[in-house]
Amino acid sequence: MATPDLKLIVEALVFAADVPLKVDRLSSLLEVERAALTTILGALQADYQEGGRAFELVEVGGGYQFRTRPELAEYVQRLDPGRAFRLSRAALESLAIVAYRQPITRAEIDYLRGVDSGRVVKTLLEKRLIRILGKKEVPGRPLIYGTSRDFLEFFGLKDLSDLPSLKEFSELTPDQLAGGLQQELEEQDPAELPLTSVPDLSD
Amino acid sequence: MTGYEVKLDQFEGPLDLLLHLIRKHEMDICNIQIVEITKQYLAYIASFKELNLDLAGEFLLMAATLLHIKSKLLLPVSDDAEDEEGEEDDPRAELVRRLLEYQKYKDAAMTLNERPLLDRDVFTRSLPSFVASEAESEELVPVGLFELVAAMQELLSRSGAPLAHEIDVDRLSVAESINLIMERLEGRESVSFAELFTGEPRRQDVVVNFLATLELVKLRLLRIMQNTRCGTLWLFGISGEDDGGSTTEDGLGYA
Repeated sequence: MATPDLKLIVEALVFAADVPLKVDRLSSLLEVERAALTTILGALQADYQEGGRAFELVEVGGGYQFRTRPELAEYVQRLDPGRAFRLSRAALESLAIVAYRQPITRAEIDYLRGVDSGRVVKTLLEKRLIRILGKKEVPGRPLIYGTSRDFLEFFGLKDLSDLPSLKEFSELTPDQLAGGLQQELEEQDPAELPLTSVPDLSD
Repeated sequence: MTGYEVKLDQFEGPLDLLLHLIRKHEMDICNIQIVEITKQYLAYIASFKELNLDLAGEFLLMAATLLHIKSKLLLPVSDDAEDEEGEEDDPRAELVRRLLEYQKYKDAAMTLNERPLLDRDVFTRSLPSFVASEAESEELVPVGLFELVAAMQELLSRSGAPLAHEIDVDRLSVAESINLIMERLEGRESVSFAELFTGEPRRQDVVVNFLATLELVKLRLLRIMQNTRCGTLWLFGISGEDDGGSTTEDGLGYA
């Protein structure tokens, strides 16, 4: 019997894996060069993109994983309404600060947010979105935090360099600024704000 | 003026509230009218206080900061200071910096939230529960502080409530426990953390073994690994020729 096409094998492995499958892992399992695998994965991504399928092959957290298309979310959610886990605004803010400023201490997060972040940091640790990187060599040796691999998977990021770039406020012209603010004012309708309407994670 | 019907918990903190006020009054964030904003801010605070005594201290601290800035602005400025670049001498500078910085991360949080989030917008194949509970993937991952605490808590919950009048004569010391762990590792690659206990472990046994494990990790004689998150903790002995260098980076390497 002829060996199945390598592309099919790769597809099957990614499908069957329970975590995003890394190219390194595929390479050692299949004894195939990384470069060849990357090409195949790229071709598979294109296949799913063009094929009008319900899911796509995405690169997250350093590996590849099949994920359903976002436009189908409403329906897939019905399978298990309890599965979705939402972040409070406080949690999102703190997470954004950790993501862009890591390694960072609690005190630095507190300062940037202007509020005590103890509880929300604890929640993020429990949800494994952030992790302790070590201790800072300053008096008191405070813990320093960074984001985890789960963070990348949760936000569908390849790696940290995949984070959306921070918009510098100073880069905006006053007109843009005014426009942006106006827009945000309109978004202030609490019913429209997804972040304030969701239950607070930290509770 | 529509009054202060906005609730405090709508704001993530004093910076958030200030940004809201600045926007509401269409001020230039880099040129805040301190007098006006302080007035507004204090009015908010006062209305919150009427409703809720548990006003977070951060809000009061910001009120003090605003008043401090305001008082500084009221002081006459010497000509020298004004001729130079007035920016740094502006008592508002620090606050503006913080506000801009905060706004930046607030926006970033929004942007992140708009991404296709796992289990909200996009879904992966879920494992059949029998697989999820039983099979542990072959890939071992280093264990961090939280995994250790979780394992500890699980064991403690199994050890039952502490008895009030129990008197222990034969108390296990950390040193003895270390030796026991090393004995168990003799001729084996690994033992599971749970294996260190038999039957219903007493609370102190758990604590002592836990301390012993940490001590061994610190001494680079042991490496703790885990199959899955919340999976079994495996203790691996590190033999003499292994310099242990590779183990220090992850898994409690900071201890």
